Amino acid sequence: MWIVLGATSALCFSIKLLGHLVPEPWLANDRLQRINALIPISLLSALVIAQGVVVKTHVVIDHRLAGLAVAAAALFAKAPFPVVVVAAAVTSALVFHLH
Amino acid sequence: MSNLTRGTVRDSLSVAITVGTYGVAFGAASVAAGFSVVQSCLFSLLTFTGASQFAAVGVVASGGAAASAIAAATMLGTRNALYGIQMAPLLKVKGARRVLAAHITIDESTGVALSQAPRGVAAMRVGFWITGAGVFIFWNIFTLLGALGAKALGNPASWGLDAAVPAAFLGLLWPRLATNFLRGVAVTSMVFAMLVTPWLPAGLPIIATTVVAVGLGWRAR
Repeated sequence: MWIVLGATSALCFSIKLLGHLVPEPWLANDRLQRINALIPISLLSALVIAQGVVVKTHVVIDHRLAGLAVAAAALFAKAPFPVVVVAAAVTSALVFHLH
Repeated sequence: MSNLTRGTVRDSLSVAITVGTYGVAFGAASVAAGFSVVQSCLFSLLTFTGASQFAAVGVVASGGAAASAIAAATMLGTRNALYGIQMAPLLKVKGARRVLAAHITIDESTGVALSQAPRGVAAMRVGFWITGAGVFIFWNIFTLLGALGAKALGNPASWGLDAAVPAAFLGLLWPRLATNFLRGVAVTSMVFAMLVTPWLPAGLPIIATTVVAVGLGWRAR
């Protein structure tokens, strides 16, 4: 736990500082920029899956998926972030207890 | 204070307060993943880049190795380097103030700074500093509240916390899906993550999906 905390903090700060220190042309490569713009999308998508429908190394459909479905509906309806998260939690908790 | 500056301060603070409250979700997710309240608060003080923090605790929560958690968080943080490249020539600071500027170089401070361009360079600087400092303050206060709240609640599933975390990731992802191509990248990544899940140790599928980003970003569109 402490290792994750320490290493994540140190690396994330180093990256931020790097941006302020390196000369611009170094990272101005088009391909690097394109890939870098897509990485958050791929990682966040994978995190939705890992947290929403996976237990250990199995894909599992349970109460969390009901919460995710409501979250997606709320996002479609342009609901603000806190509403999305709370709606997902309430739905998931309801399904968890009814099941 | 001139009218121009007042507008910038108002924009900065409204972003800072709104985004800062998301810290509740992080504090709760972090405690649900098994981190202590103190560790959760240190994440927000020291890492201070939301998506990376969520990724680190998310990988730990899904049973992934420490290395996977650190790698996922670090890769999500690489965009901050690109922000720094844009902000450095604008801020023109040295020494300790440069270190401080680097620490608050995040989505929101960069976004507000760039949005103030019509008001001039001075307004862009004000936007960067006030938004960065504001998000820092509110994000940390709300992280503590979320962590304490989750600690008091007990079993995460009973309160829906286990669904709140993926919902938060979906909420972070949603605004990035501006075009059909980007939506395609997201769907491809999700399908890929599900397909590799049975074949890789827990946590690794998250890192593995970066090959989707590399593959789809390799050629210009």
